[in-house]
Amino acid sequence: MPLDVSRPVTGARVIARPLLASRVQAGFPSPADDYVERSLDLNEELIRHPAATYFLRAGGCSMQGAGIHDGDLLVVDRSIEADVGMVVVAVVDGEFTVKRLAVAGEGMVLAAEHPGYEPIPIGPDTEVRIWGVVAAVIHRP
Amino acid sequence: MYALADCNNFYASCERVFDPSLERRPVIVLSNNDGCVVARSQEAKSIGIAMGEPVFKCRDRIRRHRIVVRSSNYTLYHDLSQRVVQSLSHFVPDIEIYSIDEVFMDLDPLAGRDLEMVCRQARTAVGRWTGIPISVGIGPTRTLAKIANRIAKRDPELDGVCRLPDEKAAREDMLAAIDVQDVWGVGRRWASRLRELGVHTALDLSRMPTTELRRCFNVVAMRTGLELRGESCLDVQDVALPRKTMVRSRSFGTMVTEWSEMAEAIATHAIRAAEKLRLEGARAAQLSVFMSTNRFREDLPQYHRSGSEAMMPATSTTPVILKQALAIGRGLWKDGYHYKKAGVMLSDITFGHDQGMLFDVRDHERDHRLMEAMDQVNLRMGAGTVRPAVGGLRKRGWMMAQRCRSPRYTTRWDELPRTR
Repeated sequence: MPLDVSRPVTGARVIARPLLASRVQAGFPSPADDYVERSLDLNEELIRHPAATYFLRAGGCSMQGAGIHDGDLLVVDRSIEADVGMVVVAVVDGEFTVKRLAVAGEGMVLAAEHPGYEPIPIGPDTEVRIWGVVAAVIHRP
Repeated sequence: MYALADCNNFYASCERVFDPSLERRPVIVLSNNDGCVVARSQEAKSIGIAMGEPVFKCRDRIRRHRIVVRSSNYTLYHDLSQRVVQSLSHFVPDIEIYSIDEVFMDLDPLAGRDLEMVCRQARTAVGRWTGIPISVGIGPTRTLAKIANRIAKRDPELDGVCRLPDEKAAREDMLAAIDVQDVWGVGRRWASRLRELGVHTALDLSRMPTTELRRCFNVVAMRTGLELRGESCLDVQDVALPRKTMVRSRSFGTMVTEWSEMAEAIATHAIRAAEKLRLEGARAAQLSVFMSTNRFREDLPQYHRSGSEAMMPATSTTPVILKQALAIGRGLWKDGYHYKKAGVMLSDITFGHDQGMLFDVRDHERDHRLMEAMDQVNLRMGAGTVRPAVGGLRKRGWMMAQRCRSPRYTTRWDELPRTR
């Protein structure tokens, strides 16, 4: 029986096929056809919450022990709830500082990771406020 | 139900996000063009600095109260505005940008949920994520949501969110406390005529017969009256204000995947916005373009982006705005996404003809010749040559104003905020 191609078959299953970049040719297919995905985007890897993420530039060497050097790029996510052990950006005396949130005795402190820096206590009677959590550090070696 | 989310003291709040030393200090932001105050922190308001006041009139108070003065940094404000919108869209699917610091939200898709609770969550999240404090008003119409927002801002006990009561009597008590001039879209001119008619409050206006409103004013006034009674009939684009911004945007009927289609959309919005600007005798000094994918198609890759550039001098000339809008749009465009929405926003708006009669757009022929001359100079001497030449008259003042501009913290690698 001849196939009627003038009207579509109703109820047919639609099968999606990936569209390949190069034209079909005899011989070997282009090796690029295996790579039709979008290229890698660093933003996707480093930024979970774009609306809440800001970049800051690290200054000084107080966090060298945590691998944060002068001039490094800090990816700061303000939607992450700060918790003990996290590296945070805090406001101390109206300025930004990057430190690790740590427990000391009864309370919490902002701890540096380099000799010669005193921990900064955090509490209701101090002027210290957590601004955001450092989600990634970009360092040029 | 609708909600209006409005950023508190938006420009001043933006300045504070990246300069915590400004907290609790009075901050004012000046316009690029004429040295007037365009934004005030709460502390500056309390000192008595008025909106639109020329800065030379406040010199004494600035010195006495150590007020921090900033030039407007629209690049920064637009970036933060975009973040506020994005944050809100996590909580409410249907969002209309009304201005750089105001967003209407259609709450009907959230029917059955505690709307006040959702708005409180959204408010907290916006504050924490972006650093910008907002207030939210909830009501059965946009006009009432706007009134609720006003109440939320003024009554600290409400903690930033006000839902107008559903009961008629309670709602009318609230409307009776609102000056008719403060009703969305009424403005000063209508207000004085309304007062002559014995209409002093929002409640009075809601009780005025609609036929009379239509006869004495126009159809927008009639709809405003209906909206105050709880009947939704005003669209964001119906209401003209002495505006801070002009937004033209629309969701696409079908998703856009080609730059040519996107360019057409941006061009349409840019042309419309420029026309509207001229109609109101205004010009804008800042232009932004935004585009986004459909956030609710989680199966598709997402992309939201906006770009913003200064236009100098401020302009309402279509070719200028159009060309720049397309250039910004091209810079934002990325292949491989399904775009759902695009738009154009003009801001830093001024009225009158105080800056360069050359650009009086009512003289189309002259304007056209000027455009031609500009293009030729640029062609011969390199792109952009004509900018300082044209900006000559304005340049000095503009640069002086720019002296107190904060860094473009979020859009320039070399201007990022630094930790100590």
